[in-house]
Amino acid sequence: MTGDLLLFLPLTVLGAVLALDVVSFPQAMLSRPIVAATLAGAWVGEPLRGLTMGVALEFFALESMPFGASRYPEWGSASVVGGALFALTPDGTAAAMTAAALSALLTASVGGTSMVLLRRLNAYWARQQQARIARGSGSAVVALQLGGLTADLVRGGLLTFIGLAVLVPLHRAIVLSFTMSPTVSRAVVVAAASAVGLAAVWKVVRLTPGARWYLAGGLAVGFGIAAELM
Amino acid sequence: MTAAAPTTTPGGKLPMHVRLAMLLRCFAIQGVWNYETMLGNGIAFSMEPALRRLPGGRGGDAYRAAMARHSGYFNAHPYLASVAVGALARAELDGVSAAQIERFRVAAPGPLGSVGDRLIWAGWLPFCSAVALLAFGLGLGPTGVVLVFLGTYNTVHVGLRWWGLQAGLTHGLRVAQALGNPVLRQGPAHVARATALVAGVALPVAAQGIIGPGRVVLGSVLAAVAAGATLVTLLHGKIEGWRLATIVLAAFVLYSVVR
Repeated sequence: MTGDLLLFLPLTVLGAVLALDVVSFPQAMLSRPIVAATLAGAWVGEPLRGLTMGVALEFFALESMPFGASRYPEWGSASVVGGALFALTPDGTAAAMTAAALSALLTASVGGTSMVLLRRLNAYWARQQQARIARGSGSAVVALQLGGLTADLVRGGLLTFIGLAVLVPLHRAIVLSFTMSPTVSRAVVVAAASAVGLAAVWKVVRLTPGARWYLAGGLAVGFGIAAELM
Repeated sequence: MTAAAPTTTPGGKLPMHVRLAMLLRCFAIQGVWNYETMLGNGIAFSMEPALRRLPGGRGGDAYRAAMARHSGYFNAHPYLASVAVGALARAELDGVSAAQIERFRVAAPGPLGSVGDRLIWAGWLPFCSAVALLAFGLGLGPTGVVLVFLGTYNTVHVGLRWWGLQAGLTHGLRVAQALGNPVLRQGPAHVARATALVAGVALPVAAQGIIGPGRVVLGSVLAAVAAGATLVTLLHGKIEGWRLATIVLAAFVLYSVVR
């Protein structure tokens, strides 16, 4: 338990910082799965396994870009949870990627909801300060901004900590009782992730004249390279 | 533009340290994003270092009036909001009338939002993701992949925020001219085509990099990808693909645990 806590605390800090990056500061895409899961993997001593998980999650994340008021999953803390879970499981474990990807997707979903709640809380705080702001108080504007940033940091930290506390034991239990072969297990994750990624790219490019031909050409080249690499 | 009030610093001649302070604050412009004022508070927060140079200084009447004006509702793409921050700061420092400023605040969000969404969220970000996925698939290590992604993405990200702030401070409320820049007008279509090409190459190459033991059932995986992508496309607007994938993975895990 103490060992878990020692592991969770730095990951919680990482999750908090990366969750802050999703929207609030600095939105430099440190929170994208391909970065966040790699950093989490690196923290537990397995950067390549973190990156592998990050690539799988990046396929899913291609679908959800942070468009203004839309609701989207929160990938920063979710990728820390998913990357750490996958990196902590020995190579070759059948359920490792499946359970880690599922854990990350669930955390991302809860994270998205927590962002909506924070936005409502921000609106409440803004209403509380409305009279001072209407009088042109610079300190009220700055305090509101810093309060929102702090709340988002705390939100990300809590989400990561709770995610790890709940999902690490669950992940261990799934790995122990999983009956599918590593072949099928990994294939299911790759198929699901690739399907979502391909549909996401299609959604982005379908409205641009000629872009579908670029996609088709790219896929032809990509399958050729993949066949060579296998 | 009217130059009604005397100012201590003309809007177009702000010192570099003030511009850098505004740029730094622009990175936190969505710090208190909410469904009522959206970016509003962030706009005032980012302009604040410049507004201290209004006659009367920090806390003066002009400063207070400007802070109150700019903390109300405003919505735009967060990166291109720096255009508005610069333009509005210039207008305040040049003593432009409140009515003209308000007209700009009503007119600017639409173009700043739509151009930014198409250029960044629907263009540059997926393109950079695809480049990073391809780099992974071709064998680049964790440090290399992360640096390729962050370096590529943030060159444009940071450049766009800085360019926007400078353009706003240079042109003031006439900054619409800057939005006619060919990169902003034609860039999204070019980026979309580049994304299509690179993502097309990257998806199979990156997938083979993570498939591991699953490659022995490659034919089934490809059939599942084609069927799944079609399903996700057909269900667009009803359920998102990642949610559908969550359900599929949860069902798969449950089945393999209880069977």
